[in-house]
Amino acid sequence: MGKKLLLDKINVEGIRFLEVYRREGGYESLKKALSLKPEEVLEEVKKSGLRGRGGAGFPTGLKWSFLARPEGVPRYLVCNADESEPGTFKDRYLMEFIPHLLIEGMIISSYALGSNTSYIYIRGEYDWVTDIVDEAIIDARRAGLLGKNILNSGFDCEIYTHRGAGAYICGEETALLESLEGKRGLPRIKPPFPAVKGLWGCPTVVNNVETLAAVVPIMIIGGEEYAKIGVGKSTGTKLISACGNINKPGVYEIDMTISVEEFIYSDEYCGGIPNGKRLKACIPGGSSVPVLPANLLLKTAAGETRFMNYESLSDGGFQTGTMMGSGGFIVLDEDQCIVRHTLSLSRFYHHESCGQCSPCREGTGWLEKVFWKLENGKGDLKDIDLLWDIQRRIEGNTICPLGDAAAWPVAAAIRHFRDEFEWHVTHREECLKRNYGLAHYADPLPA
Amino acid sequence: MHNMKEENLTAPVFSADQLEEVKMLVSRYPDGKQKSALIPVLHLAQKHFGGWLSVASMDYVASILNLKPIEVYEVATFYSMFNTKPVGKFVFEVCQTGPCMLNGSDDIISYIREKLNINPGETTPDGLFTLKAVECLGACGYAPMMQLGKTYQEHLTKEKVDRIIEDCIKMSSENN
Repeated sequence: MGKKLLLDKINVEGIRFLEVYRREGGYESLKKALSLKPEEVLEEVKKSGLRGRGGAGFPTGLKWSFLARPEGVPRYLVCNADESEPGTFKDRYLMEFIPHLLIEGMIISSYALGSNTSYIYIRGEYDWVTDIVDEAIIDARRAGLLGKNILNSGFDCEIYTHRGAGAYICGEETALLESLEGKRGLPRIKPPFPAVKGLWGCPTVVNNVETLAAVVPIMIIGGEEYAKIGVGKSTGTKLISACGNINKPGVYEIDMTISVEEFIYSDEYCGGIPNGKRLKACIPGGSSVPVLPANLLLKTAAGETRFMNYESLSDGGFQTGTMMGSGGFIVLDEDQCIVRHTLSLSRFYHHESCGQCSPCREGTGWLEKVFWKLENGKGDLKDIDLLWDIQRRIEGNTICPLGDAAAWPVAAAIRHFRDEFEWHVTHREECLKRNYGLAHYADPLPA
Repeated sequence: MHNMKEENLTAPVFSADQLEEVKMLVSRYPDGKQKSALIPVLHLAQKHFGGWLSVASMDYVASILNLKPIEVYEVATFYSMFNTKPVGKFVFEVCQTGPCMLNGSDDIISYIREKLNINPGETTPDGLFTLKAVECLGACGYAPMMQLGKTYQEHLTKEKVDRIIEDCIKMSSENN
């Protein structure tokens, strides 16, 4: 059993409510933080080595230290709860079942950053989740944990939820800020970074839900202790939302020292693949990260065991590795077709492109069209090279990373499963009749 | 038939209670930044003005937030949750993205198509159901799934879809 810091109390009945949350030690972390100076709180977060849990993995303490502090200008903390990366549903889980963990983390973080008004930008579809968080905010306010002079510390803070309305792009922090200002979610050109010019032109920090929740245990056990959990620069614990062809889909907290194989096959986590099927491929960090075939997923190209942490998952770069990303862990069994699955992802990125940059706006549409041809028995061998060419021209040529996110899954699918693409051309009739691809990429069944 | 188009020809207005809610939403942002309340207020308008946003509804929202109508139109058309055309009383938004697809969302969509005799994007002639195939809703571990109003309907099977449709019909006849 790995160390749990975020979900250790998740099974306590009524933990969603303030009374139970406090009885279980909730808001003690806030008390401790308020007894320190804001810069001391920041120092603890720096020491913890906490990395952004939304997908990019940027060190949180460092991000906070970039926040500009001009006199007389308000600073803002914005929580990114626009969870929309396919495969990812961990933030929803936290907000739905233990909302006070996020609120407590946000008050502490607001204190460290000097934000007196903080916002939680929640994806619009999480309507009932917003109600749960709103209720928790009301309860916290009533208990003097929000509002003026919190716990007699002299610190004032209000937190408000703000629902989006269905746009994956608003998970990108500058698009999120545009959306929070009541505009279309078009990413801004950086610099200036939000830390200097963010919400309404004021210095702003945008952090993911899980990142802000992790600040709570960091203040309790201290940054140094937190940094001892995990391995290397993958400190602390990480939530993984596991889905696809596994026996036990759900949200798991791991301490980043377990192997990918254990995560997939152990009963404590995914519980293996249903119906005795074999593992074919996996997208371990949300749909944007490269897909890996079973052999490269369980072991690195050098033959070493691959672990569930930032460094190990990216071992081998994009040639033979992938990324930790958001922790959206999508498993594909031997019956799944890579072309069909990647078509679905390309359609997603085409739908979600904001349309601002032509390589992404046009390129994602082309990717979807060419994929559709291949999957529907109308493809040619040169279409595979065309797909490669299109993704290469999108990557790195757009304002925000949505272009890269659309390109990477395509590049990885062709890199690792080229003969399955070719099979769609040489077996046009057959691929129309069946929905699955080639099974020979799958691993032998574990003994 | 419930004629949504005609209903929206008359300019919609919020009730006193709804206007209080608008005021509360606007108060969440600094003075002069009331534009930030646009998306929350559009949600409110869609909820109370028949499940969609007519030009009249959007113009009304523009007037109460002191915005130009174009500022409202461009936002309403950008976000996929806002319907700028009438929809049925019950909107089935079935997720079709990768993880749901791996768990049979295509079969669920085909089943609903057959059962309601409409394609994605269409509404049944009685104005009761709209079917939409949508992208990832963040419920990948509980696939296949769809959004129905405020709630998520997860772990869908054909039997569960049957039950949901029956419940909707029942609910609708009870309300009439």
